Amino acid sequence: MVERKKPIKNRLRRTMMFMNAQKPGLIKDAYIYGSDSIILDLEDAVAENQKDAARFSLYHALKNIDYGDTEVIVRINGLDTPHWQEDIRVCVAGGADGIRIAKCESAAMVHQVEEAVLAAEREFGVEEGRTLLMAALESPLGIMNAYEICKASDRMFGVAISGGDLRKSLHVQIQRDGIELNTARSLMILAARAAGVQVFDTMFPNIDDMEGFKAEVIMDHRMGFDGKSIVNPKQIAFVHETFAPSEKEIAYAEKLVRSCQAQADAGIGVYTVDGKMVDIPFFEDAKRIIALAKACGVYHGDL
Amino acid sequence: MLIEKNAVAGTLESSDAQVSVEPADELRLNIESVVANQYGRQIKATVLETLSRLGVDKGVITVIDKGALDCTLKARVECAVFRSCDSSEAGIPWGGAVNG
Repeated sequence: MVERKKPIKNRLRRTMMFMNAQKPGLIKDAYIYGSDSIILDLEDAVAENQKDAARFSLYHALKNIDYGDTEVIVRINGLDTPHWQEDIRVCVAGGADGIRIAKCESAAMVHQVEEAVLAAEREFGVEEGRTLLMAALESPLGIMNAYEICKASDRMFGVAISGGDLRKSLHVQIQRDGIELNTARSLMILAARAAGVQVFDTMFPNIDDMEGFKAEVIMDHRMGFDGKSIVNPKQIAFVHETFAPSEKEIAYAEKLVRSCQAQADAGIGVYTVDGKMVDIPFFEDAKRIIALAKACGVYHGDL
Repeated sequence: MLIEKNAVAGTLESSDAQVSVEPADELRLNIESVVANQYGRQIKATVLETLSRLGVDKGVITVIDKGALDCTLKARVECAVFRSCDSSEAGIPWGGAVNG
């Protein structure tokens, strides 16, 4: 039996890889690929008449497979199905790190899940508050309510956009430049940052189109996402590479942090570094970059 | 638990096992495995242990194993037994009779 460590709310989540919880061949090897998180799926990947079987598989996988430092999230069935309550019981009893709420549209839905999670934590003697939550926004209403969803619970660590369903409601097809989801992505990023939670982009469905995939990952990074849902292990490396700070960024951040300490000691607020004006917000961002570089394993300095 | 009707769980895919249960007056085990020579005894022990935790002492249990891990085997046996009682969908005793 494996003892799972206490989940960390603000950990690194560049890649969240979906796995069908019903396929033993998949879930037993899920951790070796090195994605930051895996999402064991009880929802769309599992046929309606196999929901029960998937829960038994999930329970024993959580209890017996050592996933190491890989975070284990479970995507539960929608609140409009007869499955979600038992899904929550098995997640909590098995010790999943977090639950992904599918098709989330309001703070009330988060509260509904939170209540069931708390009840399950009490039922199974799990530390109250241990189980984290994230929400998938898959409809225009979900996007419009993103901020209240992000703020709905202390357990919330982030929100993800789910492109498949959202594109259908928006009457658009997937585009090379991502223009069809531009507004939705931007609104969700604003909401998540305002609420202080993480934000993840939707998966790229065409596994063989690596060029298209890479373009989307670069766009995600430039837009300010923290990470991305993925569906195949071969998508991991490029995301990790792209989301890690570059050597140049790290060097500049280091310079800022060091100089800011010196300036603050001397009683100076705003000053210039390499000819550019900097002040306190730059310092905060530089600290974030150093922390991210450390988490990505690409920082070799002594800050 | 009493096996009330025929039920099946699992698939014949690699790394999986298909478990069927049928009502009977005594306990009978049929195990067929691609790794029977190496793991036959362990598979039997896991199935028996799982059945005993569920309190199943009667029924015909047929396992067609395709190289499943122990944890998969347990999951399939449990699911088949709960399905045979029409109680696989909710209120599962996670951490109780379903354990390990």
